[in-house]
Amino acid sequence: MTVTTSPPRKRRSLGDLKVAMIFLAPATLGFVVFYIWPTLRGAYLSFTEYSLLSAPKFTGLDNYDRMVHDSFFWNALGVTVEYVVINIGLQTVLAVGIAMLMYRLTKSITVRAVVLLPYLVANVVVALVWYWMLDYQVGIVNQALSWVGIDPVAFFGDSHWAIPTVALINVWRHMGYTALLVFAGLQTIPSYVYEAAEVDGSTELKTFWRITLPLLRPVLVMVLVVTMIGSFQIFDTVAVTTQGGPINATRVIYYYIYERAFTRFDFGYASAMALVLFAILALISLLQLRLLRAKESDLA
Amino acid sequence: MRRSELNLGRIVAWALLIVLMVLTLFPFYWMLRTAFSDNTQLPGHPSSLLPVESTLGAFKRVLGLSSVAEAQAQGGSGAAVNFWLYLRNSLIVSTVTTVCQVFFSAMAAYAFARLRWPGRDKVFALFLAALMVPPIFTTLPNFALIKNLGLLNSFAGIILPGAFMTPFAIFFLRQFFLGINRELEEAAMIDGAGHRRIFFGLIIPMSAAPITTLAILTYINSWNDYFWPLLVGQQENVRVLTVALGVFRSQTPQGGPDWAGLMAATLIAALPMIILFVAFARRITNSIGFSGIK
Repeated sequence: MTVTTSPPRKRRSLGDLKVAMIFLAPATLGFVVFYIWPTLRGAYLSFTEYSLLSAPKFTGLDNYDRMVHDSFFWNALGVTVEYVVINIGLQTVLAVGIAMLMYRLTKSITVRAVVLLPYLVANVVVALVWYWMLDYQVGIVNQALSWVGIDPVAFFGDSHWAIPTVALINVWRHMGYTALLVFAGLQTIPSYVYEAAEVDGSTELKTFWRITLPLLRPVLVMVLVVTMIGSFQIFDTVAVTTQGGPINATRVIYYYIYERAFTRFDFGYASAMALVLFAILALISLLQLRLLRAKESDLA
Repeated sequence: MRRSELNLGRIVAWALLIVLMVLTLFPFYWMLRTAFSDNTQLPGHPSSLLPVESTLGAFKRVLGLSSVAEAQAQGGSGAAVNFWLYLRNSLIVSTVTTVCQVFFSAMAAYAFARLRWPGRDKVFALFLAALMVPPIFTTLPNFALIKNLGLLNSFAGIILPGAFMTPFAIFFLRQFFLGINRELEEAAMIDGAGHRRIFFGLIIPMSAAPITTLAILTYINSWNDYFWPLLVGQQENVRVLTVALGVFRSQTPQGGPDWAGLMAATLIAALPMIILFVAFARRITNSIGFSGIK
């Protein structure tokens, strides 16, 4: 990220403050009312019992104590992690693959557009199309499996398959978008590096492992941070297909928070879980950036 | 050098890329194929590549154009659905959100990029920090606020939180505004132009391209949003397409779901974005590297 600062000019110390306040007024209003205030309010609510009907009642650490002993919460965290691992693992590998293919084969905007297409339709649309294609009885995927002699799979009904299924659906939706991010990164690698490798007689595979991947690292780390944060917030797909089931197999953390807040009106507890999720996401981004030294490229 | 080996590699690589593209496009085709089928006939021909007993019945059904008897004869639930209404609602929500959000964000970006005032960069950093907060965390208090204001099930309730700014929109436009030549601005100032004239007459026209790109991205995001409208816009008069799809899916009979109707409805929800995408494919694909990484 480049933050450019314009050179200081000799003026009154307040500069254009008055004009700036006018230009910033609407955005600041929205920012304070819908970002700052709810962030502070949410943190406060996490220490209360609040059903929306009466004023929140301060209960100290009760919600957090409850969370530690709530097996549904731990289940939700576990299911979410399983989802993220499958989703991000597969998606990242596929995205790098697609990006490499595009980079080596074609500059065609059509290819890039096709690859991006699933990302532009709603999660809900994608979820429903796959819900239909993966139907146990008449879905085309189970038909195709039967041609090669595989018994039909209850993709959404079997508790072992439900999370991998949801994860794969979202791999399908996001892999092209992620590939374009990686593709943008590939284009920043100077061509002389490849030319040098070719002169040294490096093979395609060797070049990929020894040169492309290490030079791509800063981009990959940023992509991982962005996609992983998004992945933890899986909700739409679950909400329109399995709704947390079968049993608790797909009750991901976002969905569990949603249920607590909007079907049980347990806003205090839901806020506490949302705060924990916030902390987890912040920690993960920090760790990834630290561990993988995102800012430094091996070119430097 | 190693010409034949390279060619073989290229053929395999092209084959892989084509397989990936087919995998990407097939579900769209399947949605189309199912939407034009007669739902009662679908189970008999689960793998027919062409629509089964092709008919417009599913579209009529979800657009509320066929009678209950007609709908049920073709395997619909007979429940009243009116995707015209949901389409209208989505258009209203996305259009108002996009116009307001982009305009107010542009104003803010101008203040951050072209004006000088004490504390500017600190305030900007604060705006950016909001990107870190996961939406669900702010959604809970925001819902309470909208409810207390009596705005549940109103367009205002759906639109307000996104109408003023997003940190991303301000960040995106600021980057472009920073790159505009200052001399033009100074020349305009010498001619006696105020900040309002510089903003409307100089900055906005010169940034038409990035503003359009941002507007398209905002429109798509707003159109596809599910979580917030699900919470505050359940009622039919303000129900947007994504929410309506969820409702339609849960209404469909368990024994024999109305797959044709469901796919017709998803097609109606997806088509405007696909058209927008086809029209602006180059602009959208080229914006990805920028918006994601920088």
